[in-house]
Amino acid sequence: MDVEIALDRILPHVEKPARYTGGEYNSIVKNWTQVPYRLALAFPDTYELGMSNLGLAILYDIVNKEPDMLAERVYCPWPDMEGAMRREGIPLYSLETYHPLTDFDVIGFSLPYEQLYTNVLTMLDLAGLPLRAAERDEHHPLIIAGGSAVYNPEPMADFFDAFIVGEGEEVILEVMRTYGGWREDWDQALTPLPPSLLYSSRGAGLCGPPTAKFGRGSEGHPAKHDLLRRLARIEGVYVPSFYEAEYNADGTFAAIHPTVPDVPARITKRIVPVLPPPVTRFIVPYLDIVHNRAAIEIQRGCTRGCRFCHAGMVFRPVRERPLAEILQAVDDIIAQTGFEEVSFLSLSSSDYSKIGDLVRETMRRHGDKRLSIGLPSLRIESFSVDIMEQLEKGRRRSGFTFAPEAATDRLRDVINKPVSTDALLQVAEEVYSRGWTTIKLYFMIGHPTQTMEDVRAIARLARQVLAVGRKHIGKKANVRIGVSTLVPKPHTPFQWVPLEEESLIREQLSYLRDALSGPGLHLNWNNPRETLLEAVLSRGDRRLGRVIRRAWELGAKLDGWQDQFNDAAWTQAYQECGIDPDFYARRPRALDEAFPWDHIDVGLKKKFLADEYQNALAGKVIVDCREHCFSCGILKTFKEERKQTPDEMWGCPAVGHRRTGAPLRILESPVPVDESLLIPLSLALTPQPLSPKVGRGG
Amino acid sequence: MPDPALQRLRLTYGKGEAIRFISNLDLMRLWERAARRARLPLAYSHGFNPQPKIANAHALPVGCAGENEVIDLWLEARVEPEEVARRLREALPPAAQLIHVEEADPREPSLQSRVCAAEYRAQVQTDEMGHAIAERVQVLLAAQELPRQRARHGKPPVIYDLRPLLLDLRLRGYGNGEATFWMRLRAEPGATGRPDEVLDALGLADVPRRVARERLIFAEFVQVAPASAAPVISDDDTDPESPLE
Repeated sequence: MDVEIALDRILPHVEKPARYTGGEYNSIVKNWTQVPYRLALAFPDTYELGMSNLGLAILYDIVNKEPDMLAERVYCPWPDMEGAMRREGIPLYSLETYHPLTDFDVIGFSLPYEQLYTNVLTMLDLAGLPLRAAERDEHHPLIIAGGSAVYNPEPMADFFDAFIVGEGEEVILEVMRTYGGWREDWDQALTPLPPSLLYSSRGAGLCGPPTAKFGRGSEGHPAKHDLLRRLARIEGVYVPSFYEAEYNADGTFAAIHPTVPDVPARITKRIVPVLPPPVTRFIVPYLDIVHNRAAIEIQRGCTRGCRFCHAGMVFRPVRERPLAEILQAVDDIIAQTGFEEVSFLSLSSSDYSKIGDLVRETMRRHGDKRLSIGLPSLRIESFSVDIMEQLEKGRRRSGFTFAPEAATDRLRDVINKPVSTDALLQVAEEVYSRGWTTIKLYFMIGHPTQTMEDVRAIARLARQVLAVGRKHIGKKANVRIGVSTLVPKPHTPFQWVPLEEESLIREQLSYLRDALSGPGLHLNWNNPRETLLEAVLSRGDRRLGRVIRRAWELGAKLDGWQDQFNDAAWTQAYQECGIDPDFYARRPRALDEAFPWDHIDVGLKKKFLADEYQNALAGKVIVDCREHCFSCGILKTFKEERKQTPDEMWGCPAVGHRRTGAPLRILESPVPVDESLLIPLSLALTPQPLSPKVGRGG
Repeated sequence: MPDPALQRLRLTYGKGEAIRFISNLDLMRLWERAARRARLPLAYSHGFNPQPKIANAHALPVGCAGENEVIDLWLEARVEPEEVARRLREALPPAAQLIHVEEADPREPSLQSRVCAAEYRAQVQTDEMGHAIAERVQVLLAAQELPRQRARHGKPPVIYDLRPLLLDLRLRGYGNGEATFWMRLRAEPGATGRPDEVLDALGLADVPRRVARERLIFAEFVQVAPASAAPVISDDDTDPESPLE
């Protein structure tokens, strides 16, 4: 193949050429000519990141299990390879069969976070595809996206034909089948029927599409229009070109309306009532990728209700995977992949109801086989230290990670992650006294109601933890501190919160750099300009499509990589497009403001989020919702799914259970809130009560 | 790592075109994982960070395929070599082809210390005339010195003499815009010739190429003259078409 000859010339000169050659154990290479429906699964960042993405591994497995479908992988080339491909005229190709992307029927992008948006454009362009959906017709592949960032799809609405909102396990096949049905109908409509069919009694029925559809659609491309109409009928599929956004005179978003009949006003996310069996036949990379291990999702969703947490809100309800299924999957993974490490994934591992049994039983079965078990997201409690001790028996003890997210008891109540400083220090005692030398602590600055005192508390707490370590192991003790800035996310109680002012972020970081220098302390922080970009794109609307495209034209790419981030390109793009980034990132939003993502229904009532925001400002804590249902809306949205599922598999109460109707119980913060802190923020909010339309459709 | 309690296995394998770009470190991981899938009781080093006992004879340059590569694995418990071969063949990715498995003496010195030379085949695309290329081969072989500069990541480049590393070079075939070279290069610690450097010295720096290592030569099998300033050109004892056994 010509592509391969050209690759012979360029691959010896690019960094990590094995990113571009495939051939891994368990990669699935089907006979291209014998499989009618072909999906390219695209991750818009490097191979090392994309291969670490569990979502894509799941979809690859599901689609390739269908005999008449194939799924192949494609990632974003690093700039050296991108340049070489452009020089040599090599189009972006799939790793399994080296087919150019334009040969696929459907290209599905995973969009887990916003910093990948410009890479989508790089990949479409390298594939030789027009960037805007409106410029593509039925001869181009259908280009869709899914993933966490798609819960606000609007900034990328110009570029995608359709978005899949929510969990993809079932809907990906529905999309592929719908595509297949559409193609068959149109193939038959466009190709003269063979005489045998023309004259058979079944001929008419086989013709499929009504002739009215052919040749006089409302759009310039009737076939593509028909495809999109069919897709829009699938639950959870959002076709942005069928909607029109309106804005108020002050530039704020007003509403979004369907422009064609029979498409839903709101798009409800898809969920799977029961987690499908886990992937075990993972592709085994040759390169050292970011997460070079197998992963088993032990639980989806989280009941803790941290108010800043996007995943904790959008991945509701909590669903557990049965213990026996996890243990079997570990056995299968070792046999089928040979991975030396398996990670148990969830948003809060400590909350998996059988976590103790899981760890004990896994170590009993595999403890002597040099298998490492990763268990991220443990709560700050001594039980976590016991668990890690079992898992790391006889091994090098690396870091122990905790994410208190805020350094004062008061501020942790505001974000609803209540753990006391005393308890944290007590856990640190146990960690250092039992052989670990490093504790990693993750914090955020810029939470609502935060003062400089809360920032100073970060340094104080880190030094207290270090002092605990010194007491036990002397100078060997280390504390690593990661400080990021709160990026308010859509569909969370903090979706109304302005991003902290840049001058204040810089002041706070500069304080922390000074206060956290010295032996045993290591501080990491985020570039405030990168934070701004994430904040703008997170709560953006359709008007940002032009900015994204312009920034990309000006050279923005790989925005998630500190060494590639191109602030100048973004700044120029905002200016040229007449867009003020602070309008999106830092504008205080009224409680009754309409949001560009309100038509994307994640199952939560806006009233619940607004109540939670006000609880935050008042420093009120709500308990784990397994103990008490706060009627977030998820049960009402997925009533039918809940009825089909055994009681113990969801974190939510069974439908009709008495807890559902219990009144909201809010725990008063044990630490008094300084009311004066709330004044500037409460002024920013409209004083009227919530308008009736806010909770609409929840 | 001599440990008479362990079984030492010597594997001969091919590193195919599809995995020619994976590094030596990646290759070690490939074998570790394949051994796990094959349920072989791989021996590990002791300590906090146990490493599998796997030793490759000689790292292949990235981008180069290998036709008869040699690697040693140590097992904690004995498994018949035929059984090892059978299980590994099922567990290897298609591009890694197992050719032969045999038992090796655990007390033998490491493969790495015994490698002295390696033979490569390079197919390059070029529109030049065959005789022009053949002439350059002769010029290269006749040179007393071939000073070259090698770029190093983050360090100043080193200047070294390629000539003593080049034991032999032939133009094996020519036609259809492709030239095939055969070369034997020294492969000792601190004195390893790289086929790309030879192609560069031939003025074929930036042309599409496929390079494969045909075989490694170990101390027992062929007596290669010890590293010396004098070039070793072996016109009489080698024939590239039928390399000596």
